[in-house]
Amino acid sequence: MQKNEELIPHLFRTEYSKITIVLAKLFGFENIEVAEDIVSDTFMIAAETWGQKGVPANPVAWLYTVAKNKARDHLKHNKLFTDKITPAIKNNSTETYEVEIDLSEKNINDSQLQMMFAICHPAMPAEAQIGLSLRILCGFGIVEIADAFLSNKETINKRLLRAKEKIRSEHIKIEFPGSNEVSKRLDNVITTLYLLFNEGYYSLSKNISLRKDLCLEAMRLTLMLAENELTNHPAVNALLALMCFHASRFEVRTGRDGESVLYEEQDTSLWDNSLITRGEYYLNKASTGNKISKYHLEAAIAYWHTTKTDPPEKWQSILQLYNNLLLLEYSPIAALNRTYALAKADGKEKAIIEAEKLNLEGNYLYHCLLGYLYTGVDAQSALKNFKAALKLAKAQTDMAKIEQYIQELNGSL
Amino acid sequence: MNEFSLIFRNEQNPDAQFSPEQMQNILKQWRDWMGGIAAQNKLANPGNRLGIEGAVVRKGNVVTDGPYAEIKEMISGFIIVQTETLEEAIELAKGCPVFNAGGSVEVRSIIPISM
Repeated sequence: MQKNEELIPHLFRTEYSKITIVLAKLFGFENIEVAEDIVSDTFMIAAETWGQKGVPANPVAWLYTVAKNKARDHLKHNKLFTDKITPAIKNNSTETYEVEIDLSEKNINDSQLQMMFAICHPAMPAEAQIGLSLRILCGFGIVEIADAFLSNKETINKRLLRAKEKIRSEHIKIEFPGSNEVSKRLDNVITTLYLLFNEGYYSLSKNISLRKDLCLEAMRLTLMLAENELTNHPAVNALLALMCFHASRFEVRTGRDGESVLYEEQDTSLWDNSLITRGEYYLNKASTGNKISKYHLEAAIAYWHTTKTDPPEKWQSILQLYNNLLLLEYSPIAALNRTYALAKADGKEKAIIEAEKLNLEGNYLYHCLLGYLYTGVDAQSALKNFKAALKLAKAQTDMAKIEQYIQELNGSL
Repeated sequence: MNEFSLIFRNEQNPDAQFSPEQMQNILKQWRDWMGGIAAQNKLANPGNRLGIEGAVVRKGNVVTDGPYAEIKEMISGFIIVQTETLEEAIELAKGCPVFNAGGSVEVRSIIPISM
């Protein structure tokens, strides 16, 4: 049996959001604070009672029972609820007055998915979607969210309040969209999960375990979409594949001092092979239908990056995938990566001509790319670009890396 | 930002035979060229490639079949780019792989239609 002080935070992480979401669905999103209070109270009672009497045999069932009782009490004693909510609930239930609070695995799953659709409603700004997802779907605390966004408690609190207000004013319901609406609305849900994962994967936050939690939560939610037949679309599987491939390198891409370890310098024996296999499985499952999403292309690119050797077709394939990705949607990072792939596939000379046209001055990665391309071709131009990159870089670890390149170039001149 | 259409013309030989490697190579040239334009955020629309099969319809429901023996250069496709000036669009056209097949690129401004 685990000790109390470990068990309760663990259960809080896994159960808090589940119970809150089921109750919020029952009460309506406009009353989500009531649901949050009930679940917080439940955990406080658990901490007290378990401290005195010891941990019950089935802690999760215990929590569910207490939360259910508290929710029923609330419904009975709160006039507002009796007037507004109970009639609606009564109409749904057959004869008994007793409110049915369904904490079965199926209802918890469905409620979480429905909450996902509510939070990722097209009327919600992207930033609000990510914040609310972390708070409500993943049960993250305000401090953790602030840490992940490199922000502070007050800002995050305000942002979440505004987001909740938006859900109320737009009368967004916690429910599945109609079956012909699903694919349209699903795009938005997938985008949010993609951003959530990226937030963890690319965040500048030094808190590595928090960043990993963010990635794992994004994967858990995407997996839920893949396991529900209503939402098991090719793009969902493609996104899941992308996440698995990226996550397989999570441990290796950050050095001991938090500095990023370049792909070429990573110890490939430390890549997580089981995640690579999972990624291949989902990429195969994604290969149905007739629409290639950007997640398909990015997953395929990530797949090639998991191959440990450099066969000639590798970089040609990556180059064509980036070409296609750019035809679908321009982004500076795709433009830079495409040019890197071009250098690997067809040589630096060709890539330099293309890189000079990209028009991304002001982006430190652009100058890093040019510095890399000119290295071994034109040392002066390489030096000039690395110096420009150094002026633009913000993270200490990036600056240290660029300085190292400059020193190496100076040494070779 | 203004939009220009790049229209490709070249002689079409329906009997031309390409080896898989040649085909692969032609395909790569086109993809790389378009990817390069897209990487500059100057591709407004990837347009379409046009096949040889087709017909011309004239007034009075007169239909003539391909392969248009009287036309030396046929339109084989188009893309739409977004640049400030015609000169920039011409600059993009200069790298077009259609020249390898002896073809040409016509650069034309697109007139926006206000709906």
